[in-house]
Parts: sequence; structure tokens; C-alpha cells
Amino acid sequence: MTTKIIVGVDGSGSGERAIDHAKKMAKLIGKCELLVVFVIEWSPYAFQTPEQNAERHKRREEEIKDATDHIVQPAVDRIKQDGLTARGIVRHGHVADLLSSTAVDEGAELIVVARSSEHGLASRVFGTSTANLVMHASVPVTVVG
Amino acid sequence: MKSTALTTLAFSIAGTLTAYAQETKSVDQAVNDAFAAATGPFVSFIFAPIPGTSFPWIVMWLVIAASVFTIYFGFIQVRGFVHSIQLVSGKYSDPKDAGEVSHFQALTTALSGTVGLGNIAGVAVAVGIGGPGATFWMILAGLLGMASKFTECTLGVKYRNEYEDGTVSGGPMYYMSKGFAERGLPGGKVLAVIFSIFCIMGALGGGNMFQANQAHAQIAGIFGDFPGWITGLVFAVIVFAVIVGGIKSIANVTEKVVPFMGILYVGTAIVILLINYDKIGWAFGQIFSGAFTGLGVAGGIVGALIQGFKRAAFSNEAGVGSAAIAHSAVRTKEPITEGVVSLLEPFIDTVVICTMTALVITISGLLIMDPATGNFVLDGNSIKTVGDVSGVSLTSAAFATGFIWFPYVLAIAVVLFAFSTMISWSYYGLKAWTYLFGEGKVQELTFKLLFCVFVVIGAAASLGPVIDFSDAAIFAMAVINITALYFLMPVVKKEMNSYFGRLKTGEIRKFQH
Repeated sequence: MTTKIIVGVDGSGSGERAIDHAKKMAKLIGKCELLVVFVIEWSPYAFQTPEQNAERHKRREEEIKDATDHIVQPAVDRIKQDGLTARGIVRHGHVADLLSSTAVDEGAELIVVARSSEHGLASRVFGTSTANLVMHASVPVTVVG
Repeated sequence: MKSTALTTLAFSIAGTLTAYAQETKSVDQAVNDAFAAATGPFVSFIFAPIPGTSFPWIVMWLVIAASVFTIYFGFIQVRGFVHSIQLVSGKYSDPKDAGEVSHFQALTTALSGTVGLGNIAGVAVAVGIGGPGATFWMILAGLLGMASKFTECTLGVKYRNEYEDGTVSGGPMYYMSKGFAERGLPGGKVLAVIFSIFCIMGALGGGNMFQANQAHAQIAGIFGDFPGWITGLVFAVIVFAVIVGGIKSIANVTEKVVPFMGILYVGTAIVILLINYDKIGWAFGQIFSGAFTGLGVAGGIVGALIQGFKRAAFSNEAGVGSAAIAHSAVRTKEPITEGVVSLLEPFIDTVVICTMTALVITISGLLIMDPATGNFVLDGNSIKTVGDVSGVSLTSAAFATGFIWFPYVLAIAVVLFAFSTMISWSYYGLKAWTYLFGEGKVQELTFKLLFCVFVVIGAAASLGPVIDFSDAAIFAMAVINITALYFLMPVVKKEMNSYFGRLKTGEIRKFQH
């Protein structure tokens, strides 16, 4: 049976550290699939102008494409170069909730995230989200320093 | 030396601007007169009373439509109310659609276009002329109006255009042309064109000039009188930055502050009511007895009824068609769900917010009563008030009886509400404009620039006739829109029966989140 590990990334150096650790774990475990997950922070309760609403579908597609092309796919490719199995997932929503629910949906054994990001805004993924994830996740979480 | 030169320059600029402003005033006067003469018949026609009464036929038109839709859809405002809250809270939203426009977002966007001066100044006018009894009729009109919103918003989503690049355009002009064609009815395109013309006028007038004008009046009320074009120019620059420059941060800030202001407004009203909890029963007593006796207001019970109905219609825009444009961007496979969600719009706008304003004014004791008869003391057509205040000043004074600092918060709220209403209407107008002239960067820019110019004009002068005309244009939208709704309501009924049937059998279920 393949063991699945979720790796949370945010396109920054800390995400790289999480990937490195997950790769190490995967090599130790053996038959393993790494799921590289990028969450675009989004709330259904944010307030928007009519124009933003009209363009929302278009923007969403662009956001997913951007994240896939620049963050998730390159990470997946690098993991594959090491001879490991990997897959990328891009979702909209709350970071901690989605990493946890994706782990449950995919039947993953472990979630690996980094403690904090070097970049200001992008750090939202690994700021308080890490704490939330650790508190509420339904599967074990490894936080890389 | 340098500073003297600068001072001279500054004075000469100020002098030129003052001269220009004066010149503009006289030009405005000329424009006003010409405009009034040209548009007078149209304005008089829209607001004409039904022969033998003082009841404007347009108000009757809106109320009859709302009643017809209420009965035709089997009191959807009652049957669909709980479900509308479930939809807004996202219980029926597919998690796969995360990142798209949610029901909550479509509702709050539409609300930011309607919540504003109507809820603050309009209600004060209604209560000031029609007495507390006007509140009863206002609530009734709000409840009936929910059915009109339901009808137009369902159609707005059903017949919207979805373009290849992923953007959407919806609204009455689309359901008129596509819906009529689908049902084999003639004249859809004609109605759509007439509606679009009225919508552009309404956007530039009621959705722009009136708002800029009132915002300036508020600012001038605090800082003392100064030329309106200064406010207009500042507003125009900010509006320009948002709608032309695409500076999303300003829009984002406004969209976040406006709901906060709305909550603060209702919250303060609730606190004032709680402090005066012993008077709430009495206030409702006044509202009910006023609704059926008039309590001595001009025109008696009919006077109270006209004011209540009229202000509710002004405030929640049910049947006007503007909401159908705002709601059409939502992501849903079922157009009816957006109709159900839109039920909450007149409810929040009129039944909740307007009622709060009316209750605070009633409880404040600013409306002067004759203790001997229990009737209100009249001053001409309106009720005599403590301090002789009316309109937004009456609301302000009433809230000040609870919290002395509230008038300042209210002034900020009015300015922000005016701004968010302008942003919303710039979009409604734009959609009508692009419907007429085609989608494209040049067409869009032309309208947006025109919109910014009208901000300055609106704030600069007291354009009475132009404002009358813009109000008339908004109601003219309702004449065209409701006509179309009567022809298309069977489409909505079919959708409604199918959806609620599937909801009952469990085919449509809540999602696990």
C-alpha cells in the first residue's frame, strides 16, 4: 500500500524545507506519494464590489494557473527528479482547514509544513495557520523548523 | 521672495477657481433651467398621483407588482426565508466551487448598493411627514418587495451572459432580450434598450449626482460651508482611482468599512432601544395606531401609507432591476437559489435597518405631540420637531439623544454609504452602457470618465431638476423591468417548483464542510 504524505507549500523557502523533510520521510518509508498542496487564502464571507464579483471566475482560474505553474508544478517536478512519486493540488479556502480536510479525503498518514515563511505576505500560510493546523488536524502533523 | 511669489500664485489660483466656480454656478443655473423645461413632463408623469388621490401611481405600480409576485409564488418570502439563511451560510455550496462568488458575497455586494441614504434620511422624511404609522406601511412594503427581488434576481442569474474569458454580465437587459426570445414573445430587445437608457440615467443621477450632493452636504455640515466642487473633485479622483485605475485597495477598504458602519448603525440603534426598553411597547403602539388612524398627520392614514410605501421603494429598490445586475455574478447551478438569497435584501434593508431608524426617531421624543389629544402637532405638511430638524438631521438628532457623539459617526457613515452606492451604480450603469454600445475597453472607459465628471457636477451645484429627473429615471427602470417580470414570471415558477421539489425529495442536499 502506498503511504500518502501531504506537504503544505507557499512558494517560499520554508515551503522548500517542508518538501525536503517530506522527501526524507518518503525515502525512509519506501512506497510513498507526496501530495504538494498550495492553498489560496479565500473566504466566502469577504466583501467585494460588483466588478470584482463579475470577474471572480476569471480571476480564480488565473490564480489556480499561477499557483500551479509557478509553485506547485516545479515542486512536483523536483520531487520526481529524486525518483519519488508526487502530485500537486491547488485549492481556495482556509489554509489549516483545507490541509486537514485534504489529508482526510486522500487518506494521508501525515501532514508536513514549515514553521514560518521568510516572506511577509506569503507567511500567512505558515503563520498562525500552522498553529491552527496543529490544534485541529485529524492526522499527525510534522512542523519543520 | 520665493514664498511671496508662491503666495501670489496661490491667491491667483484661488481667485481663478472662485471666479470659475461662480461662472460654473451661473452655467449650472442655465443648464438647470433648460434641463427642467426638457425633463419636467417626464418627471411629472412618473410621479403623477392617481387621479382623485395624492398617491403616486408609480408607488402603486411597485406595490401591486410586489403583491402579485407574493401571491403567485405562494408567499415565497415566508416559505423560503429559512432556506435563504442556509444558502447564505454556505450549507448548500459545493466545496469544489471555493474561490468563486459565494451567495453571501452576491448578497452583501447588492446590499452595499441599496443600504445608504434611503435608510437614514429617507426614513426620517417618511416618519417626519407620515408619523410613526408610516413605519408599519414601510415594513409591509419591504416584506412584499422581497417577492419582487426574488423574481428579478432569479431571472438575472438564469439569463446572464458568460463570456469565454470567464467574466459574466447579467441583469434585466439580458433577461428581457434572451428570456422573451426563449418564450417566443416579441419586443424583448426594445424593452432591453429602453431599460438600459433609463439605467444609465439612473446611475448618473440617483446613483451618482444625488449621492455626491448629499455627501457634500454632510461634510459641509461638519466643517462649515465650502464650495461643493472641492468635495466633488476629491470624490471624483477616488472614484476614478477605483473604477478606471483599478485601485482595488480603495474598493476593498470601502467594502469592508461599509458593512462595519451598517452593523455599528444597527448596533447603536439597538443599544438606544435597550436603554429605553420601557418605551419600546409604546413606540410599537404608536406605529400601529398611527398606521390606521394617522395620529393627526397630514393626509391621515393615507398620508402615512404613501410615505411608508414610497420610502420603502426608494430604499430597497425592489422591482427596479438594479439588484438583478448585482446578484447575477454568483456561482450556482440553480438560478433560483440566488432569488431565494435575494429575499434577505429588502428584509435587511427595510424591515431591519429602516425600522431601527424609525423606532429611534419615535422613541427620541423629537416629534412633538399634543398631550391633550395624543395627536402630532403639525408644521405645514410635516410634524413639528424639537429643534426644527428634518431628513438626515432628524435621524442624527434622534441618535444624539442616546449618544452625543453619534452625529459624527453618522456623517462618516453617510459619506461612506454614498461612496459605496456610487461604486455599485457605476457598475450597473456600465453594464447598461456596454449592453447598448458593446463590450470593449474604449466603451467602458468612455462611460467611466463620464461617470467621474458627473460626480463633480453632482457635488458642485444644487441640481434640483436633475436629481428629480434621476429619481424619475430609477423609477422608470421599474416600469420597464416589472413589465418584463410579468411576462417572465412563469419561468421563475417552473424553476421554483423544480428546485423545491428536489429539495424535498433530498436530491439537493447540504454539503459536508
